[in-house]
Amino acid sequence: MSAGVGVDLKDVWIRFGEFVAVREANVAIEGGEFFSFLGPSGCGKTTILRAVSGFLDPSEGTISIGGANMAGIGPNKRPTALIFQNLALFPLMTVWENIAFAMEVQGAGKKERRRRADELLELIALPGQGEKMVSELSGGQRQRVAIARALCAQPDVLLLDEPLSALDLKLRQHMRSELRAIQRQVGITFIYITHDQGEALTMSDHVAVMKAGVIEQISDGQTIYDDPSTAFVASFVGENNAFAGKVSAISKNQATIDTSVGKLRGRIATAARGTINKGDEAMIFVRPEAVSMSGTGTSNKIKARVRTEEFEGAVYNVFLNTESGEAVKLSAVNQGGARAGSPGTEMTLSFNAAQAVVLPRGELASE
Amino acid sequence: MKSSTFLSIFVGGYLVIFFGYLFGPLILMSITAFNSSQFPRVAPWDCFTFEWFGELAADDKLLDGLGNSFIIAGGVVVISVMIGLAGALMLTQVWPRARPWYYTIVISPILVPGVVLGISTLLFWDRLGVMVDASYDSVFYNGTFLTVLGQSTFISAYCMLVFISRLQRFDPALEEAALDLGATHVQTFRKIMLPFLYPAIGSAAVLAFLASFENYNTTVFTIVAESTLTTVLANQVRYGINPSISALAVIIVALTIVGAIAHEAMRRREELKVRRGELTDTSSAFGNFMQGWLSGNPAMILLMLVFVAGLGTVWFSSQYSAGQCKLDLREQKELLQQRQGPDIFLPGSDAGSDTPALEDGATDGGLDNNSGFGGVFDPNNLEQAPTDADTPSDGEGAGAESPGSSTFGDVFAPDNLNEEPQ
Ligand SMILES: Nc1ncnc2c1ncn2[C@@H]1O[C@H](COP(=O)(O)OP(=O)(O)OP(=O)(O)O)[C@@H](O)[C@H]1O
Ligand SMILES: [Mg+2]
Repeated sequence: MSAGVGVDLKDVWIRFGEFVAVREANVAIEGGEFFSFLGPSGCGKTTILRAVSGFLDPSEGTISIGGANMAGIGPNKRPTALIFQNLALFPLMTVWENIAFAMEVQGAGKKERRRRADELLELIALPGQGEKMVSELSGGQRQRVAIARALCAQPDVLLLDEPLSALDLKLRQHMRSELRAIQRQVGITFIYITHDQGEALTMSDHVAVMKAGVIEQISDGQTIYDDPSTAFVASFVGENNAFAGKVSAISKNQATIDTSVGKLRGRIATAARGTINKGDEAMIFVRPEAVSMSGTGTSNKIKARVRTEEFEGAVYNVFLNTESGEAVKLSAVNQGGARAGSPGTEMTLSFNAAQAVVLPRGELASE
Repeated sequence: MKSSTFLSIFVGGYLVIFFGYLFGPLILMSITAFNSSQFPRVAPWDCFTFEWFGELAADDKLLDGLGNSFIIAGGVVVISVMIGLAGALMLTQVWPRARPWYYTIVISPILVPGVVLGISTLLFWDRLGVMVDASYDSVFYNGTFLTVLGQSTFISAYCMLVFISRLQRFDPALEEAALDLGATHVQTFRKIMLPFLYPAIGSAAVLAFLASFENYNTTVFTIVAESTLTTVLANQVRYGINPSISALAVIIVALTIVGAIAHEAMRRREELKVRRGELTDTSSAFGNFMQGWLSGNPAMILLMLVFVAGLGTVWFSSQYSAGQCKLDLREQKELLQQRQGPDIFLPGSDAGSDTPALEDGATDGGLDNNSGFGGVFDPNNLEQAPTDADTPSDGEGAGAESPGSSTFGDVFAPDNLNEEPQ
């Protein structure tokens, strides 16, 4: 897997005038991996990608591709290919001319270009569509043409800027697995940008979660979900119930927090171990699927009243309010059994301390 | 119901007036090109003729000016398109906050009166010529050269406006995509930007050509000792014009129509190319093309008809000679004069003293260039005609008797009537 070309960002700052778009980014992307940048809109994802592909220079720090410093090397000299947020297919060219553009500018003959374009059309499952104009393709097909066009340049690193954001859900899911398959097939490094956390988690070997120009955590998807390193990551990736309070006790890797709904115990996140002390402001996060309605077994108990219930098929979600007014969400697998009950029903919720995460208090992702 | 009828009548009337105002002069002028009268006029109609086209072809001054106009327009097209394109591209590159200033500066030649541009171009190059001690046949005093430069000062600004409006629709991501795929900046310009700009280059070239061709107020200063079509025409008007100018107008109108048709056809084909995927039957693409092309635009059909009519006229011209008509006309007049004496059917023929006057009128109307007489006579005659109850039938009789077309009979009959009351 590590046969491909890696990308390294060292202390990269990118400023637009006074505005800091990217703050001290340190990222090591291994060759041949599928790496994702995940973050809300405007957090600087595109900016990082543009710096990697050479459209803008970092104000500070270095970007190296395959160990070579890229400072002063233009976008047409870098071994990268970027798939633009809006695709940027050439509207005056046919599909195959679009795909073979990278060969055309290198002076390849028409026959050769056509052959390569046909191969790539095969790869993206659009055989025989080379003569069409781009405007005659569907959104998903354009998407694939953009990927083929980038692959034709035989880049060492393929950069994808939210390429699936314009597609509907079905097509998006289909394209996700297709992208992953293409990546395995060609074996080059993919750097993928998205603000859809599901997309990032399903496809990536590693994910970098960004917030307002700062990279908050880099890890594999499971770690990011189970062991977030900041309150922002915990609230941005997946859904989480958050309760804020003061640390009242610490024992081993667990901490007890005094919250408005009572004392809650959870495991201290790996990144926060040793930095959280008694008396600190902290937060405890618990996933909806970790909350149970049985109200037995553990010390973590919350009294709440049902507000609404949502049926999703495989799971059903229950939205509750605690006595002090906090919203709590609970998800349970649909086993055909009894439901939570009508709105207003009072119940005691419980969760395992091992399934709750304690983090220093911080800004949450705004939904 | 009633108000809507009124409205449609009003709108219809308005349209008639509007189009009459737009095209009336053109149509009238085109018709005068085929009248053998020495002065461009429609009524009275003398003879259908093509002699003015011949006259036009023989007018060396005019042709000289026309040639110069073409040369100058060609030069202006080349220079203005290049400067306009460079200026427009520059606008996309300059620092955003400087853009309004830059724009104002490059657009200002359009706001400066053409006369001022002409004089200043002349003065500037004259001073420059004096400075380098150039001779009078050097480029500094060359009318063609100066006119190309003078016109380009503001025509390149027109071109720039065309390019700016096109560039505003350009997606800069396309350029980045090309660069990202390994294209050099030159390749990016050639393969991405230029194809995008082709239609605008075409429009700008046509615009520049037309603006140069019809320019007078800058040209009249910069042309120095030479001449262009507009300056020749302006001179001719001063000394009186003949219908060869109308003939020129007919040719220009015809060329414009052909150009418009060609342009529209090209546009439609372009459109069709984009929609090519939607056409199910590619084998009858041409049929589809013609169908789609004609069905959409009544104005185009009209232009087409005008064009076909023009072709027909040209064919007719090769078969027809105005000489016969003129001969007929003269003969007819002579006949009329001879008849003054022996003709007993005409009541007015006994007034011998009037014969010279009649003769005058006849020759004037038919052969000389005096347009006033015929026109003045007609209304007078008509007013006086009712004084004699018999005359209308008599007039008709005279008309039917005379050889050639009955129109002439009508023209002459009133002349005869005119004598009667006196
Ligand atoms: N050329 C620029 N000049 C000034 N500010 C810029 C420029 N480009 C981006 N920014 C700012 O940098 C920040 C990050 O922009 P960026 O395009 O990287 O966001 P993003 O994470 O890709 O968002 P999205 O998910 O909406 O695409 C934004 O606040 C944006 O306003
Ligand atoms: Mg973006």
